[in-house]
Amino acid sequence: MSQGRAVADRARPHWRPTQEHIVALTACVLFVVFAGLAPGFFSVSNVVSLMRSVSILGVLALAMSIVVIGRGIDLAIVPTMVISVAFLITLYAGGMPAYLAILIGLGIAASIGLIQGWLIAYADVPAIFTTLAMGVTVYGFGLFFLVSKDVNYLPKEAVLFREVGSTQIAGVPSLVLIFGLCALLFHLFLKFTPWGRFIYALGDNPDAARLAGISVRHITVLQYVLASVTACGAGLMTAASVSSMSMRIVNSTMIYDILLVVVIGGIGLTGGKGGIRNVIAGTVLIGILINGMTLMDIAYTSQNIVKGCVLLLAIIIDTLLNPRDEQTAQQGDI
Amino acid sequence: MTYMNALKPLCFAALTATAVTLCSAAFAAPAEDGLYAESFAAMKGKKVVYMPNALGYDLTEGWLAGLKNEAARLGFEVIVRDPNWNIDAGVQAMQAVVREKPDLLVVQPPDVTSYSRLIQKAQEAGVPVIEVNQMTTAVPDVFVGADWYAIGVANGEAVVKACGQGSGKSGKVAIVQGLITAPASITQVRGINDVFAKHPEIKVVSNQAADWTPSKSNSITTTVLQQNPDLCAIIEAWDGQAVGSATAIHDAGKQGQVFLATSGGGEKTACDNVANGSFTHYVSFDLWDQDRDINNLVKLFLQGKFSPGKQKLALYTPNHEITKENLSARSCWTMDEVKKSGG
Repeated sequence: MSQGRAVADRARPHWRPTQEHIVALTACVLFVVFAGLAPGFFSVSNVVSLMRSVSILGVLALAMSIVVIGRGIDLAIVPTMVISVAFLITLYAGGMPAYLAILIGLGIAASIGLIQGWLIAYADVPAIFTTLAMGVTVYGFGLFFLVSKDVNYLPKEAVLFREVGSTQIAGVPSLVLIFGLCALLFHLFLKFTPWGRFIYALGDNPDAARLAGISVRHITVLQYVLASVTACGAGLMTAASVSSMSMRIVNSTMIYDILLVVVIGGIGLTGGKGGIRNVIAGTVLIGILINGMTLMDIAYTSQNIVKGCVLLLAIIIDTLLNPRDEQTAQQGDI
Repeated sequence: MTYMNALKPLCFAALTATAVTLCSAAFAAPAEDGLYAESFAAMKGKKVVYMPNALGYDLTEGWLAGLKNEAARLGFEVIVRDPNWNIDAGVQAMQAVVREKPDLLVVQPPDVTSYSRLIQKAQEAGVPVIEVNQMTTAVPDVFVGADWYAIGVANGEAVVKACGQGSGKSGKVAIVQGLITAPASITQVRGINDVFAKHPEIKVVSNQAADWTPSKSNSITTTVLQQNPDLCAIIEAWDGQAVGSATAIHDAGKQGQVFLATSGGGEKTACDNVANGSFTHYVSFDLWDQDRDINNLVKLFLQGKFSPGKQKLALYTPNHEITKENLSARSCWTMDEVKKSGG
């Protein structure tokens, strides 16, 4: 009896708030603040539209999280999404059957992931440099060879596509449901499949993972392929919701928003920590922040200041809660 | 002997060629009127650098098509520098222009200040500068482009008519700007606000920036419609981003109830959007007109001996207001038409 308690005590010495708790609490506080300050914030329909507006960001954050958990980073995620989807729209508008165009788009995304994964796993180039360079390459290659238009509109015949973007099931927009489904799949993958567990092992300590017999290189490649394909999926969601894909998204601050969601949610950039719940918490917090500020009609520049400060705060908390592991840290880690 | 025989036809050919050249020099142009030969000669081989903020959309591709058509006819060279929305890349390309000293620079600045210093430097280096559609704080030799203030006023007045006194509507209006540092956006909003200042019944419930991207405009408008179900009108700073709002209005089931006013170069997609009810009021600064203006100026500058930085001229494009009622087959243009015969 006393021994049992002792074990329990050791397992849970004393309760410390994790970043996920802090984020959830902050989200609640913000929710209450905005409900008081921003007219129209506190309503079911607004909360639904709030979630809809961040669902694409959420899916991209899921893609990023799988890489970050494995101690990597994918800065090419936005160009991959934009180029693969803009190209598949171009093909589709040119008369190719939709399923074939989508397959080609997904294929392009997967190949980008494959190349990145190979460079990182086999050529040992740090992820941050590989993906930074790859992002520029993908965008340049796409602009030059694949897509000539700045904004690529879905052709008029793409009725089904538009329907998917605008339908609601039981009052919940399809985009939110897709985000939910993706989150569930990622959660199951990370928690209950060997590959998912290996990603954690790899993120926690790559050398130990290798010694334990995990084929670290294959898992690394898998991470980047998954992230790229998911990014393509997020692009398809964008196309479904605004009937187009704008090349300018590459030049936007979207990559910072994605990192903001991942880091703020509490997935440490040092790898091996956090899960899909963190991504959801981060997404919801950013959703509340953006929606509330829009409702209060806060000027654009001030919104950026707020977002920047929140990211900074999140990184500081991240460093305090997830200090660098001196034994496993290596050059190129972030 | 055989050697000489072989040379004979060559000599003959050379003689004929010389004779032909001499003759054509003597009767240089088919219709010499004192200007023809001189003006063509002045333009031939000159270098014009064209630098939009990005290629790939209706306006910048249309301007380029117009320039290329005249370049092919008159023999000047168009060198394209495409910074692709990247201001750093644009600044570097501008520095290259200052170094290389082409005969003329046609530039669409991304915002008010980024290129200002370099535009002055280009002028000091002897390169005349034509700014298209957006002005910098440094004054170019000539500005060609949309009259953004008038566009703001036109859209503002259309909205007042639809939502103001006697309309029975809420009078609630949302403004979706483009890039907040872009003159096209700043000046338009000034025009809109000046109109609304005279109409206290109009209430601007939201004034946000979408950075010229449809997805951002979509999420802003979705939120605003949520907060203000009785929203009367939305003014979008550019048709390229307004499709985002149009989709948001459609998804909220409010098409026909929310007045959407926007503006652009008058490409076919915009007219299609007016026809299908996505845009209620569309102000077109016709790109076809702008192409002609740009080309005329290019021709003048390539022939003339202007000293860069001395003239301060402007050609503001006239606006055409397009609605479902006055829409016609001639209201808009297609890229194929411009490529074939624009400029």
